[in-house]
Amino acid sequence: MPSYVNPDKCDGCKALDKTACQYICPNDLMVLDKKTSKAYNRDVTMCWECYNCVKICPNQAIEVRGYADFVPLGASATPLRSSDSILWTVKFRNGTIKRFKFPIRTTPEGTVKPDGGYETKGSLNSPALYTEPASTGLAEVFTLRH
Amino acid sequence: MADFETVIVETDLLILGGGMAACGAAVEAAYWAKQNGLKVTLVDKAAVDRSGAVAMGLSAINQYVGLKDGANTVKDYVDYVRNDLMGITREDLVANIARHVDSTVHLFEKWGLPIWKDEKGAYVHEGRWQLMINGESYKVVVAEAAKNALRESGVGEIYERIFIVGPLMEGDRCAGAVGFSVRENKFYAFKAKATLVAMGGAVHVFKPRSSGEGMGRAWYPPWNSGSSAYFTLKAGAEMTCQEVRFIPVRFKDAYGPVGAWFLLFKSRATNSQGGNYMVERQGELEKWGFYGRVKPVPANLRNYLGMLDTMEGKGPIYMRTEEAIGKIAESYKDDPKAYKKKMKELESEAWEDFLDMTISQAILWASTNLQPEEGSSEIAAAEPYFIGSHSGASGAWISGPEDLQTDKTRSEYFWGYDHMSTVPGLFCAGDASGASSHKFSSGSHAEGRIAAKAAVKYVVEHNTPPKVEQSTIEAIKAEILKPLEVFAQHNGATTDPDVNPNYIKPRMFMFRLQKIMDEYAGGITAQFTTNGPLLNRAIELLQFLKEDSEKLAASDLHELMRCWENVHRMWQAEAHVRTVLFREETRWPGYYFRSDKPKLDEEKWHVFANCRFDAKSNAWEMKTRPVLPVFEQKTVGRPLAAA
Ligand SMILES: Cc1cc2nc3c(=O)[nH]c(=O)nc-3n(C[C@H](O)[C@H](O)[C@H](O)COP(=O)(O)OP(=O)(O)OC[C@H]3O[C@@H](n4cnc5c(N)ncnc54)[C@H](O)[C@@H]3O)c2cc1C
Ligand code: SF4
Ligand code: SF4
Repeated sequence: MPSYVNPDKCDGCKALDKTACQYICPNDLMVLDKKTSKAYNRDVTMCWECYNCVKICPNQAIEVRGYADFVPLGASATPLRSSDSILWTVKFRNGTIKRFKFPIRTTPEGTVKPDGGYETKGSLNSPALYTEPASTGLAEVFTLRH
Repeated sequence: MADFETVIVETDLLILGGGMAACGAAVEAAYWAKQNGLKVTLVDKAAVDRSGAVAMGLSAINQYVGLKDGANTVKDYVDYVRNDLMGITREDLVANIARHVDSTVHLFEKWGLPIWKDEKGAYVHEGRWQLMINGESYKVVVAEAAKNALRESGVGEIYERIFIVGPLMEGDRCAGAVGFSVRENKFYAFKAKATLVAMGGAVHVFKPRSSGEGMGRAWYPPWNSGSSAYFTLKAGAEMTCQEVRFIPVRFKDAYGPVGAWFLLFKSRATNSQGGNYMVERQGELEKWGFYGRVKPVPANLRNYLGMLDTMEGKGPIYMRTEEAIGKIAESYKDDPKAYKKKMKELESEAWEDFLDMTISQAILWASTNLQPEEGSSEIAAAEPYFIGSHSGASGAWISGPEDLQTDKTRSEYFWGYDHMSTVPGLFCAGDASGASSHKFSSGSHAEGRIAAKAAVKYVVEHNTPPKVEQSTIEAIKAEILKPLEVFAQHNGATTDPDVNPNYIKPRMFMFRLQKIMDEYAGGITAQFTTNGPLLNRAIELLQFLKEDSEKLAASDLHELMRCWENVHRMWQAEAHVRTVLFREETRWPGYYFRSDKPKLDEEKWHVFANCRFDAKSNAWEMKTRPVLPVFEQKTVGRPLAAA
């Protein structure tokens, strides 16, 4: 059952034409049932448990139940992702709980500058790419031609 | 199909895929395209923020050379890759990526990817080439740079949820691509002056170990289905290393990464009797000549030694996590406070490794009440994958850079544009380009940049819009939408939409392909072993499958995508089988073993095995290409004779 939707929490992304889980699933698995306005995973055997739908759902309506064909029941891993870190709660089959917090990025969302502040020196015909050689940290790009 | 709109998009450079290589390409192309007044269009079957192999995140950057600190040289990396691939690699391509990859990593850091640093501010290494990262949002950050680059410069647009089926051709030149939306009834024809293929590698060509719910938990993500291989083959491009599949040894069943355990934590793997196959089977390495003696031992040979234990019934094979953690913590034994702190740190690092990139493995640990500091975990060889950017090598045969050729290599490896395939206007990067393994996430990004710059140069020098007749486009459209027609036409003939004598649904089609590959081409049930007669039988069975692909049926757009994904896999499969058959030796035991040609044959087969599908004659052409050194080596030639 890999990812599954809790019907009490899913509000169908308020019936907007693009639901968050459908937008993000890399394998096009999450779909909205038009009749019930609830989302579901249409083919659990093609789910990678990548958690992208879980992380993006605004209502924490999606969870993952480990693949039943090799994962004993009772455990879970639940993320809470903010703009700069992710908090994981891992629940063991025997009830043990562990929490981990990891940074996810060092810049505010949306602010990435493609050139990273590096100047570009090369031309279309030189081996130096955009931002090079500055971004390599060297004075010039390695070459065998002298 | 009357209710399908045809959308024509005209562009200068078309980037196919939205993964690491494509995002690198977007950043690079935006700059050079703007300078030259060109338009760039990127198309992904998914959402660029979370598409491709890095969709979940990663816990390490696997290629960083460290040129600026003098840690390694470009040649060092080339030596490493050549040895790991048992001598078969394009040194010009590997060197090209190695000289640019640090730049890509430095950009990642500026963009906001957290790379671990030590007290002195230096990157924390997992191994010689690998850096530790907090990589949950790796892809999000890299995608943001790509999106911002295309938008800021005003040269680009991004199409998401468009599944690219195949190439659009103008004679022998690639003139763009065709595909369809998986959200609305729209067929797309992208006409372009240059096309850069970066649609990843292929999974589910072979039967996976898990066949129930867990089938999707392959090591490699189920959404990369061989589209790059299909695209380049159909365009008539020469392909290389199609026999070099990759089999990773990973934590069993959930496929958690082992890199941090082997390299950072210095863990051992032992069999059920406590034996370490890397020690006990040292002698076996002698059979593989020079390559058996290089350090580190090539990935396939490491696999092979473990497989021998498994085949001899010495399993399970365990990663001794408790022993490794215990050893590291031991040096803090005398200081209880520091000991506790270190243990906490190690525990967190161990779990983050999985939570960043293979969450299933964390669930598997928790569901079996496993704590890595207390007990060992099983590891096993996964099913074979096609991932030329990792430790496999399959992909298109591409031109290298002019300035990294010798007088001897120039005529073989260089034809005008860096990373252009043998088809004019068709460029490749990441898993799509072959014979340049070990580029991983960072190197694929760097390679996307290299290819994009060259593709822009190509457009500037060949600035003529492709001419493709509308009737040609309509004919391709009919072919691509045919599975919908087949379903609509026959679906009433039975009471079960999946069982019908007139058609086959993509799911069963995939199972048939996987069964053929598993049993005849050396999958898991065949213990990764095959031989000439088995391969010839695979080719016979694949021909029936190819005929039946005309009868694929789809009930909706999602299924239409599944139909074409499996056609793509089938082509990858055939290229593989034919090349394994062509190369009459066993060069990569641990990836596959040919029981009828059980030895390395350096004399005859120290060459690339290439193939090409010729559409006009409807036939496969097989040929060898020489392996030529770019860098001086002490040990080229015949390592076996010296052994
Ligand atoms: C499980 C796993 C772990 C890894 N761990 C590491 C690691 O720790 N460190 C590291 O550096 N590297 C790691 N790698 C390697 C790294 O992920 C790859 O080398 C890299 O992603 C390859 O880049 P790419 O652009 O070729 O493919 P991808 O990044 O996979 O991108 C492929 C793109 O093509 C798109 N696409 C596919 N088919 C179509 C189609 N028909 N139409 C349109 N779009 C399509 C996909 O949606 C995606 O956007 C790992 C890989 C895997 C699978
Ligand atoms: S993202 Fe959450 S709330 Fe929105 S449709 Fe999906 S499950 Fe429902
Ligand atoms: S876990 Fe990943 S693959 Fe599975 S449904 Fe969610 S987004 Fe899709």
